[in-house]
Parts: sequence; structure tokens; C-alpha cells
Amino acid sequence: MSAAAESALPAAGEDHPRYVLRLADTSLVLGQRLCEWVGHAPALEEDLALGNIALDLIGQARLLLAHAGRIEGRGREEDQLAFLRDAPEFYNVALAEQPNGDFGATIVRQALLDAWQLELYHSLTASADERLAEIAAKALKECRYHWRFSCGWLVRLGDGTAESHARAQEALEALWRFTEELITPDALDVRMASLGIAPPLAVVRARWEARIAAALKEATLRQPSSHHYPWHGKSGVHTEHLGHLLGQMQHLQRTYPGVTW
Amino acid sequence: MYTQALDSSGAEPRSPASAGDAERERRFQERIDRDEKIEPKDWMPEAYRQTLIRQIAQHAHSEIVGMLPEGNWITRAPTLRRKVVLIAKVQDEGGHGMYLYSAAETLGVSRGELIEQLLAGRAKYSSIFNYPTLTWADIGAIGWLVDGAAIMNQIPLCRCSYGPYARAMVRICKEESFHQRQGYEIMLTLARGTGAQREMAQDALNRWWWPSLMMFGPSDTESVHTAQSMRWKIKRFSNDELRQRFIDVTVPQAQFLDLSLPDPALRWDEAAQHFITGPIDWSEFQTVLKGHGPCNRERLGARRAAHEAGRWVREAAAAYADKHRDRAGGGAERYAQAI
Repeated sequence: MSAAAESALPAAGEDHPRYVLRLADTSLVLGQRLCEWVGHAPALEEDLALGNIALDLIGQARLLLAHAGRIEGRGREEDQLAFLRDAPEFYNVALAEQPNGDFGATIVRQALLDAWQLELYHSLTASADERLAEIAAKALKECRYHWRFSCGWLVRLGDGTAESHARAQEALEALWRFTEELITPDALDVRMASLGIAPPLAVVRARWEARIAAALKEATLRQPSSHHYPWHGKSGVHTEHLGHLLGQMQHLQRTYPGVTW
Repeated sequence: MYTQALDSSGAEPRSPASAGDAERERRFQERIDRDEKIEPKDWMPEAYRQTLIRQIAQHAHSEIVGMLPEGNWITRAPTLRRKVVLIAKVQDEGGHGMYLYSAAETLGVSRGELIEQLLAGRAKYSSIFNYPTLTWADIGAIGWLVDGAAIMNQIPLCRCSYGPYARAMVRICKEESFHQRQGYEIMLTLARGTGAQREMAQDALNRWWWPSLMMFGPSDTESVHTAQSMRWKIKRFSNDELRQRFIDVTVPQAQFLDLSLPDPALRWDEAAQHFITGPIDWSEFQTVLKGHGPCNRERLGARRAAHEAGRWVREAAAAYADKHRDRAGGGAERYAQAI
């Protein structure tokens, strides 16, 4: 971003890097989860597809982390942000950190998040933060492909065999409770929206709900009725799973501090 | 990545069944002698077909099993850049597996049959992948040494007489060469890093050096198929020639890293203009080849587990494709055919 563009941004203080970290961490944590599939997927084509999506997500995370580091102004670069923060300083939505489970659970998690990222990045291409808008435009193209993959599989599993239907429905029941966080604004979302940096989440909510409802219908899956618990991953309050994920991801940087890899 | 110099356990080439076959075989050999490519629909001796199926399948299996030792470090890569490079590399290997299975399919065998053979323990893959990746430096050592050895083996395969295999190898070699440079760059970073990083690099070199030399397969005196495969231009150089070429290129690279090779007998022979190594411990090679290496069980176990865990997914895709056959659902139909 040019200096002029930077100074033209509304004064958002610490909120702004925090908001960008939410986006970065969601992509990073989800990408890290997908990395666990490499070499173990149900078929070679799916192995390559999951790896490609992981590559895109971690690529998005790198751009977003670098951007967050710049606007934060404390000299932290992508690797410091990725490898040297502990779980309470990660701001991903809690859905992203949920374990892979079977292929059905991975696909349900992926479809719910792909649809959300697709709508969110679509809106973010009009962000008052020009750099964020550029990153969103690039990510949007990738998210379209991710959604095509996850929605395609959601439909095949839902409308496949009795077993695949049951597994997909069970995964949906287990993960649905994490979706409220995606579409319910908290104070930071509201402040970012008022500055034009982020879209009003109500807009994202309506589009996400429509997209998911249509996909579930085609997949012959039943949308669970309630959202059980207000998760606050995006404020740093996570499920038990994130600490383990970070323990593995950050192991070398923690064991050998300050070296070049 | 690559399979070791190939298999000496298959059926011996048989003599032609009839006079007509003998004539066809003579014309076939003449085409090969003229450096013409053999294509899938061309007549070919059954032994040529079987040798190629065995070799290409072993190569494909090696790519797929080879995803596991490196995949072991994807979630723990030390920086985001290293992580994306490693994912992309492992993806390339999966991609190589796909082209190679496709090349084998042109010879009349399906990917499904070949995978069944692998999972049943009836097919081989390169024994190098039965060694563990214990530290991050192993990722550097594999790229540098294992992919380096693969390139030596594979460059001549770009001129292999069988067209689909030769063409697949052209692309594969380009990617392998990139992997080799990435691996060496990891080693260089570690070798020039802290004491602990240097030790990590030396330890990895100590563990991967000899298995890398074994990748070229048994010594020429032990390798039964070399002569026929050379006549058919499936193979163009002997195991020992390729191994020597690899040693001559790699020793100076180790010297540049200022790491030592785990071979006290290693010396430069001025008259021969070659580096001469100490004797290779072929009993270790045989042990690993027979299934008793450090990770044989884990590697095949992981492939079987993935295959079993994926069964319901493949069945779902096939069932969906059946229900919606009239719809334009290219993906599902492609998938149903693949299984």
C-alpha cells in the first residue's frame, strides 16, 4: 500500500491489525488442518485437491499476516506472527481449528468455511483498506474453486450411499454449532464495518445462509436447527484443539529460537 | 522421486511363440534400433509390455509412497515459506504418480489393479522410502540426495523407447531438478546456521548417503535384466554407471557444504577421474527390500489405512454418479471411472 493510501485510512488503531489477523489466522489454521491429509486422502485426485487448497489458504495467510504486521507497526513479520503467538493470541474462527475427523467431516467443515470466505472476500474487495481489497480479490478467485470442490463433495456424500449420507449428516450436526460465530458480528466487526474496512456481517450472513441452504438441499442433508453456543475464536477464546495444532506447527521455531531456516 | 533401478525378479523374456511372432519381433527391434518411439497401439513383444508395466508401476508406487516420509514434516515445517514449498513438492510427487499410472494404463492395466498389487504387498516401490524422516534436515537431504539420484536415473528415461513413458519423464525430470535444488538449499541454510543446525544436517547426510547409493540398484554383476532392457532401450546405462555419475557429482556438493560423507574409504582416483567409495552394504539393501526396513510396515500400513478409510467415499461417489448419470457431472463420472 502506498503511504498516501495508508494515511487516507480511517484511524482504526489496534482494531485494524486485529481484524486482519482474524482473516489470516482462519486461513492459516484451516490450511494447517488440510496439511494433515496429504498422503492419506481417499484417492490420489482428492489428495492433490486438498493439498492445493491448503497451499492457497496458507498463501492467503502469508499475505494477510504480512499486511497485519505492517499496519500493526511493531516489526512482526509473517513467521513471527504464525509461529510465536500462543493460542489466546490467535483470532481464527473456532470452526477452522476443529479436527479433520473422517473425509465427510473435513468436507462439511470446508464447505461451511468456503462459503463464508467466498462471501466475505467478495465484500472485502470493496474495503477501504486498499491492500486488504487486493488480497481479497486474489483470495476470492481461489475460494470459488474451493467451494466448487467442497460443495461438489458435500452433494456427492449427502446424495451418495446411506452410509455417506449418515456420515455427512452427523458431521453437519457436530459442526453446525460453530457457524454462529461466522455470521454474528461482535464489537470489532461492527467498528470495522463502520469504517468501511469490513462489510456489515448481516450482508455476509444472508448470502452465506442462502448458499448453504441451497447446497444442503441438493445434498439431501437436513440443516440443524439450533446454534448451541456462542464461540469466540475470533476474540482468542478457542476450543481445546487449537493448542495442539499450534504445538505441532510451532515446534521447530519454539525449540530453536531466533535461527534462520 | 524415483524407484530404484528396476527389479530383477520378474519373468524372463520368453522366446517368440511362432514364426510370425519372430518376424514381428525382428521388425520391432529394428524400429527400436532406429530410435523410433513405440506407441500404445503398436505391436510389442509381451515381455516388453510386462517389463514396462512392472517398471512404470514401481515408479508410480514409489512416487505415492514417497509422499509419506516428506509429508511427515508438512505440519511441522519451520517457516510458512518452507511449508508451502514442501506441500508443492509433495503435490508434484502425487502428480508424477498420476501420470505414471496413466502411462501404465496405456499398456492395458488399470490403476486400480496396480494399487491392489501395491496394497497386497505384491508390488515393489523404492526402498529408500522405508527410511524415517527424523528431523527437518531429512527434508533437505531427501531433496538433495534422493531427488538427485532420481534425476540421474530418470534423465536417460526421457529417451526410453516407449513413447508415453518417455514423455511423462520429460516433465517429471524438470520438476525433480527443481526439488533437488530446493533440498540442497535447505542443506546449505542448515550447514551455514547454528551448531545445532549443522549437526542436524550432518546427521541427515550420515543416514541418507548409503541408502541413496543403493537407489541405483544392485551392482551390474547381480542385475539380471540389464542386457535385455538395454536392447529394448528401456534402460540406457547400467546401475553402476549411473551410481558412479551420481557419486562424482555429489561428493563435491558435500564438500561445498563442508559436511563429511560417512565413508572413511572415500577417495579420488586420479587415473580413473572418479571418486571411489568403500563397499556398499548390500545385506542392508536386501533386508529393506524384503520388508524388514525401519518403516516398511508403517509405509504400507499408511497406504492401506488411507485406502480402507476412503472406501465409503469412493462408493458414495460411484453411487452418486449412477443416480445422476444423465446429468453433466463430469467430476463424479470421472471419479467413478477411476475407482
